[in-house]
Amino acid sequence: MREYEIISVDLRVGNLMKTTMPGDPISLLESLSQTKFADCYQCGKCTAGCPRSAHMDKMPNQLVRLLQLGQVDAALGSDAIWQCVSCETCTTRCPKKVDCAAIMDALRQVSYERGMTSKQQTAVVLFQKAFLDSVRRNGRVNEVEMIAQYKIEGFAKMRRLDLLFDGAMLAPQLQMHHKLHLIGEKVRDRDLVRRIFARCMDGKK
Amino acid sequence: MSRIGVFVCWCGENIARTVDVNRVVDEVAKLPGVRCAVNYKYMCSDPGQTMIREKIAAEKLDGVVVASCSPHMHLKTFRKAAQTAGLNPYLLEVANIREQCSWVHPDREEATAKAIELIRLSVAKVKNNHALEPIKVPVTRRALVVGGGVAGIQAALDIADAGYEVVMVEREPSIGGKMAGLSETFPTLDCSQCILTPRMVDVGQHPRIKLYTYSEVEAVEGFVGNFEITIRQKARYVDITKCTGCGECSKACPLKKNKSEFDFGMGTRSAIYMPFPQAVPARPVIDKTVCAKLTRGKCGVCATKCAAGAINYEDKDKLVKEKVGAVVLATGYKLYSIGKQDGPVAGYGEYGYGKYKDVIDSLQFERLLSASGPTNGEVKRPSDGKTPKNVVFISCVGSRDNAKGLTYCSKICCMYTAKHTMLYKHKVHDGQAHVFYMDIRSAGKNYDEFVRRAIEQDGAKYYRGRVSKITEQDGKLIVRGADTLAGEPVTIEADLVVLAAAMRPADGVTELAQKLNVGCDQFGFLMESHPKLRPVETNTAGVYICGAAQAPKDIPESVAQASAAASKVQITLSSTELTREPEIAHIDERMCAACFRCYEACPYHAIEKAEVRSRKGELVKRTARVNAGLCMGCGTCVSVCPSKSADLEGFTEQETYAMIESLL
Amino acid sequence: MNLGYYPGCSLHGTSDDYQQSLKACFGALGVSLTELDDWICCGATAAHTLNRKLSIALPARNLALAARQGCDELVAPCSMCSMQLKKAQRAMAQDAALAEEMATIVEAKPGSTRVLNLIDVFERVGLETVKTAVKSPLKDLKVACYYGCLLTRPPEVVEFDDCEQPESMEKVVEALGATAVAWNYKTECCGAGMTMANEETVLELSHKILADAAAHGAQCIAVACPMCHVNLDMKQAAIEARYGTKFGMTIYYLCDLVGLALGLTPQALGINRHFAGRNA
Repeated sequence: MREYEIISVDLRVGNLMKTTMPGDPISLLESLSQTKFADCYQCGKCTAGCPRSAHMDKMPNQLVRLLQLGQVDAALGSDAIWQCVSCETCTTRCPKKVDCAAIMDALRQVSYERGMTSKQQTAVVLFQKAFLDSVRRNGRVNEVEMIAQYKIEGFAKMRRLDLLFDGAMLAPQLQMHHKLHLIGEKVRDRDLVRRIFARCMDGKK
Repeated sequence: MSRIGVFVCWCGENIARTVDVNRVVDEVAKLPGVRCAVNYKYMCSDPGQTMIREKIAAEKLDGVVVASCSPHMHLKTFRKAAQTAGLNPYLLEVANIREQCSWVHPDREEATAKAIELIRLSVAKVKNNHALEPIKVPVTRRALVVGGGVAGIQAALDIADAGYEVVMVEREPSIGGKMAGLSETFPTLDCSQCILTPRMVDVGQHPRIKLYTYSEVEAVEGFVGNFEITIRQKARYVDITKCTGCGECSKACPLKKNKSEFDFGMGTRSAIYMPFPQAVPARPVIDKTVCAKLTRGKCGVCATKCAAGAINYEDKDKLVKEKVGAVVLATGYKLYSIGKQDGPVAGYGEYGYGKYKDVIDSLQFERLLSASGPTNGEVKRPSDGKTPKNVVFISCVGSRDNAKGLTYCSKICCMYTAKHTMLYKHKVHDGQAHVFYMDIRSAGKNYDEFVRRAIEQDGAKYYRGRVSKITEQDGKLIVRGADTLAGEPVTIEADLVVLAAAMRPADGVTELAQKLNVGCDQFGFLMESHPKLRPVETNTAGVYICGAAQAPKDIPESVAQASAAASKVQITLSSTELTREPEIAHIDERMCAACFRCYEACPYHAIEKAEVRSRKGELVKRTARVNAGLCMGCGTCVSVCPSKSADLEGFTEQETYAMIESLL
Repeated sequence: MNLGYYPGCSLHGTSDDYQQSLKACFGALGVSLTELDDWICCGATAAHTLNRKLSIALPARNLALAARQGCDELVAPCSMCSMQLKKAQRAMAQDAALAEEMATIVEAKPGSTRVLNLIDVFERVGLETVKTAVKSPLKDLKVACYYGCLLTRPPEVVEFDDCEQPESMEKVVEALGATAVAWNYKTECCGAGMTMANEETVLELSHKILADAAAHGAQCIAVACPMCHVNLDMKQAAIEARYGTKFGMTIYYLCDLVGLALGLTPQALGINRHFAGRNA
């Protein structure tokens, strides 16, 4: 069920900007995505080619439109950015060379950092987080460890019992095909990996 | 001893507010050689000009300096005034004490001092000026029109009807251009050939139009008023003077399955073929790349069938020379190639053009709609010949697409797409047209009403969004687009897809332009002299452009521009002589060392390598010589000449040094 | 021929059948692989989704290792890995400040190793050489070549084949004597990393791929990416259950097919470890 918002327009200033973010969120997003939102002329080719657009609350071109209008929060809080599968079709076909896939990445990053991710998409967010946490610890993804973290955190956050037992039958099947690796690999220079993560994600030097 | 008159203008408040014009007059009157100095509120006005004339007569002045606004404004005005008073106009100079003084220096003291210096410079120059006479260049009062489409036809008819001979060169075997292949034209839905063919016949029968079809411009020499054009008449293998146009040859030709150029590949033709029934000239041509006789020495049936004995397998290309005074380029357009890369412009792999038979471009659809087309005007799918019930039209294929390489709008597609939906609906009553568009550009007379008619009365469905991809499934084309107004992806199962491809300049235009020293823009369109004020002229004197060769445009605009170009041509050809400004380069042939650095440097190819011979015909010396018809007075030769034999009339070395020395 | 080898997490994990297959296949073609020492995860989807710097830094670390280990050419058989490596290279090449920043973050200079995908390797060996080495041509086998998203997109980054109508995989398949079918879903997404967190997406998108391949007469699908393989192979049973269609479509890694044509056994190539399909 979509919620319809009345967008209030500050007519004195002619400003449609609606965001709780301080500073200049548009410049930040443009810098992260290395693209200019004004370049988009809303032709809709991205929406037309997106394999997920039929399921999205905001179509790709609509997300860019929201940013053109300054409606940053609406974009950051959308489901669409987490339903995106990063197939890069939008970027490839855009006639104005707007890197739409990079805009999706930028929105995801800022949304995650600001804790503004859509509630309905928590599972996807937690999955990506579990993946990165596993890499941070080991240098490579430890599949069993990652899935365990995902399921536990998912259950804790979303109270979904089905998540705990979902795909439980997969383990024996994987074992049958010798694809189950209970003990993951660890790289030798794990300290460097942790420093890289700290520098990129925690703002450390 | 010089007798110079200085006239200082107030220009109302523009100069006088900042420059102390009275003090200026007092100071410059003291300059040696200055006979009188006066100031007046508006020098360019009638009383002002009268003052100049009267002073010239009264004081017997042999030179005049007008200190006023920029020479771009009134140099001609003042020189005319001097001429009326009997003074050679090139003995008058303008000192710009407005744009270069009062308008840029707010300080009164500084501005006044500078004004005095500027006048000092001009006085020094004028003392050294020579009297000059305008140069007369003979004019061949004939014109060349390159391109036989609607623009070329209009231009040729206008020039010929005005009484001048026109040579028309057309690359295809018949004139008519793209318009001859269209079905009906917007906004009137007139039958295209019905309105064009009478004009084509007029061209073919006009006593003053010499028509070369199946020909191209090979080389161009000369300059405005005096062009010598070499035309290559390609071998037709048919003698058009003997041929009666009976058509027996094409009927007999066994090779019938060649893709027809006129039908843009939607139909077929034989190896010897008439381009289309209404062709002008109505004569066939042999395609030498497929003809069995010409490629393998076999067959020869057409010659046996020809009662007039007009077939000539030994035909060769001919080179013909024509002299003309002006050239009009009306080379038209081609459509963007869509499926594949064409130079710097990428293709649209996502639309399957060239891969799926039922994805065609707009000109191909015109041929399907045309009553004289390969399907006799019935809209049929190229794949199975069935009538399509759902046709999708996609706008902006190639146009407005930075990623593919063409950023411009092709102007006509919104209009012809609306037209296509209407014509389709008129032919297939239970059919549905779907249009994917970004914007609707319908800015002409009755144009917007035309598009609304397509939507409101003929039921065309318009979706605002682009199409991302087309795939084929079970004989249908799955078109994946979007409607941004509703915020939905839109998928349509179409029977036929028509792509509104971008308009691009015709092939070979850049090479032709180079032959004429005409520029092209980054997309290959011919460059006009000024986009607003000189849309049909080029930077080369005597060469004019019109029609889609200059930029995408529709038929009314092409016709208007063609008439405009024709009127410019008539100005050029209006007398037997062309007058040119005499401020051009001159080479002292006694001193010229014939190093020809000027020849290499001249951007207008205006320097000739000449020989000086004695009366007995013995070679005395070689020298560079300026062609007075071509020289534009840029001064490049003067700057490269090591022997100082090249000089610029009106801006000689002596005049220039005098100006510099006066400041020291 | 010796090439550097960057397996990526999947090829050491759930998709190590892919590693088994390509090692056997390359061995038969005389291509030896030197695994990059102490390589780390490329960041995959998670890094570029949550942190741009990280998504460039993790590949940069691997590129620095490659430079240090004297590796001119690096095979990354997973298309996500190969794309991320190329993306990082391109970003650093275009932005000197970024390149410097990355060098600081990963404490070494990332080099300019040439990154190859699976199909690149067969082109490096030479299709004529492959053809000559074929012992049991795959006659009468109809294969749908599936590229997925990241082998050909974004075109300016991966600079591989044509992004709308690619043909490079078809050429390899045809060199093996098989027939590559023409079909519509060559480059459509399978659902990527949504396998766990949003299974519906994978089921829907991968179902379309299987259905279109089947509709165009394919007996099997060839892939060059472990994620695509998981979604089309491991998930095939769930797709069949959800949509009520039986596909029984074998999903081969491209090196499986090459290996089979070269005379290697399915066991040696790890084909017996796949989940779905016994059609071919």
